[in-house]
Amino acid sequence: MTPAPPERTIRVVTLYDDVMNVYADRGNLIALEARAAEHGVGVEVQSVSLGDPLPEDADLVLIGGGQDREQRRVADELAVRGPVLRAWAAAGTAMLAVCGGFQLFGRWYRDASGTELPGAGVFDVTTIAPGPGAARCIGDILANVEIEGVGEVVGFENHGGRTYLGPGGRPFARVEYGRGNNGEDGTEGAIFQNAVGTYLHGSLLPKNPALLDWLIAAALRHRYGEGSSQALIEPRPAPYAERAHAASAAVARRRSPKFEPVVK
Amino acid sequence: MVAATARPSVRERAALILGRAAGTAARQLGRGGGTALPGLVAGVLAPRLLERLAQQAGQGVVTVTGTNGKTTTTHLIAAIFRAHGVQPLTNPSGSNLERGLVAAYVEDAEADGRIADAPSRVGVFEVDEAVLARLFSRLSPRVAVFLNLFRDQLDRYGEVDSVGEGWGGMLASAGPDCTLVLNADDPSIAQLAAGTRARVLMFGIDDPEARLAEAEHASDARFCRCGGRFAYEAIYMGHVGIWRCSSCGDRRPRAFVSARRVKLSPDGSRVEVDIDGAVVTLEIPMAGLYSVYNALAATAASYALGVPATTIARALAEAGPAFGRQERFEVEGRTVRVLLAKNPAGLNELLRALIAGSPEREPIHLLAMLNDGVQDGQDVSWIYDADIEVLAGRPMTVTCSGGRADDFALRWHLAGVDPAAVVPDTEAALDDALRRMPPGARLDVVATYTAMIDVREALARRAGVGAYWEKAER
Ligand SMILES: [Zn+2]
Repeated sequence: MTPAPPERTIRVVTLYDDVMNVYADRGNLIALEARAAEHGVGVEVQSVSLGDPLPEDADLVLIGGGQDREQRRVADELAVRGPVLRAWAAAGTAMLAVCGGFQLFGRWYRDASGTELPGAGVFDVTTIAPGPGAARCIGDILANVEIEGVGEVVGFENHGGRTYLGPGGRPFARVEYGRGNNGEDGTEGAIFQNAVGTYLHGSLLPKNPALLDWLIAAALRHRYGEGSSQALIEPRPAPYAERAHAASAAVARRRSPKFEPVVK
Repeated sequence: MVAATARPSVRERAALILGRAAGTAARQLGRGGGTALPGLVAGVLAPRLLERLAQQAGQGVVTVTGTNGKTTTTHLIAAIFRAHGVQPLTNPSGSNLERGLVAAYVEDAEADGRIADAPSRVGVFEVDEAVLARLFSRLSPRVAVFLNLFRDQLDRYGEVDSVGEGWGGMLASAGPDCTLVLNADDPSIAQLAAGTRARVLMFGIDDPEARLAEAEHASDARFCRCGGRFAYEAIYMGHVGIWRCSSCGDRRPRAFVSARRVKLSPDGSRVEVDIDGAVVTLEIPMAGLYSVYNALAATAASYALGVPATTIARALAEAGPAFGRQERFEVEGRTVRVLLAKNPAGLNELLRALIAGSPEREPIHLLAMLNDGVQDGQDVSWIYDADIEVLAGRPMTVTCSGGRADDFALRWHLAGVDPAAVVPDTEAALDDALRRMPPGARLDVVATYTAMIDVREALARRAGVGAYWEKAER
């Protein structure tokens, strides 16, 4: 028996997933497809790599992190695509930009040699690579999201760059254990409408089901309109994800430093 | 070699004695076998012990590095030399940082600091890929084996690219008295041949039947050093295959040691190998295509040092598994096989080896163990890069265990294989997994490094086999 085709579908664009995938961000798409199916939501995935055209529109955009060499190639192209991506974000497209993808979705990234790579400008953040002596921010992280119903998120961070919010920037979360954007101000990631930038991988979406549901709901609202019946998803349990979340949260509490703001 | 028979100094002899005492004490306390402790103690007291070690091996030093297969390949090269009548001097069970190498010296040295029969011995050492650049000139190997370069424990190394760049710098100073044994099929390894004056001996697979039907996701080397993209005529695993650069035209070189016909089965492989025109058949008693690569690398390395092909084939057929690498135990009427999996490429290969040649209807019994210690990698994200989906739809039972059992269970669930049970504790998980399978069936344990140590100890006790340091050190 083949299941009836879902009555509703979201259009997902994965950006540069052949090169921006170094921290297993593919797990985000795996979790999205599985969870959307549980909600009766179809997922059409379009993979857009270097040189490929962007589609007309998208309900959800995913981008992960890459190695330095690969990120330089992606940065050039993302800068050109910035206006389209910013227009999508302003129109409510849901986005998840992780680690290097988050940095490149900011205004610019200044590498260790002082060269500035322009970003897509979806988030009002800038990132500075510290000098060679500075330690990378590596470890388990637990942060509290300011979106209603999402609450605590857990993951693993591994980044050299320090990210700072600009005057129009809002943090995605507040760090409780770990380092976050820069290890100084307690902010983690950035949020603009339904677009989320973050340093958390792990992978992020599999073990943070509340955030995953929020992104699916946002993508549905973008596709079918606020208040439409097709845009609603019912709460449903996610037992495997919830247990993995609890286990990862316990590890972060045990192993990572409780965040203390740096007083200058 | 200038100071080949220089006597160790008084200080170095004292360091040896103290190092050995530390190892004995650690073993008597029953703590982890003490395989690295003697080296750590002696190395701190006498920092040039490593050079003494390298200089004493009269037949030269072989180093083995790469992300996956170091321990097994080192073990195979040592077995080949034994069969050839040359006693190897080797570091025990994956202890592959400087202290592990020094430990080998500490354990084998006489009280005066000399190693018995040193002029007739060969040093065979596995060296951590991130550490090799620092040790290369100090060991001055006659043969340096490079197996592969995959992503592994990014929380420890930073990025894959930086490891490859470190090797490139180190090889610029290698001369023609050194032979590099390189994997022709891994472009990030094969391209090391370009920037060196060392001799080069390539190994690889030339059998289109062994290719993957579909590319795996954990593929690392996508770009050539010229900046172009690699294209593949055949992919054997990850980014390993018959490659060429679409931009500069660099391509997979001819393999001097070439596997022409590969036949995989759940228990081992049979491979027809062409060594510079002469054909030998290798029977490899270890499952998986990755084991074939390890055997080819060991063949090339020992052939480069003058071991005849027939001796190599005989030694490989008789070689048992290295510590924790496809070791088998008989427990409660069932066979248990232990498989170390510490990164996506390694896990993908294990899963392929489990499927290879086994009938579709035959159930697979698996104990999947995920720990997150420093030696395992504290970041467990990598499980999402492994293509666990290849097992979906097969009849199987999976028990998830280890400190991150819940993370692993979620990964298996998302791959379409719901675990039969999630049991963090090792002993309880073994009980659970054994209970779920019929007598006579085989249980495969896939485990990260510290989980492998735990489960191996539990199995050895149940099977009545010695503890790990008793076996690992000789
Ligand atoms: Zn090229």
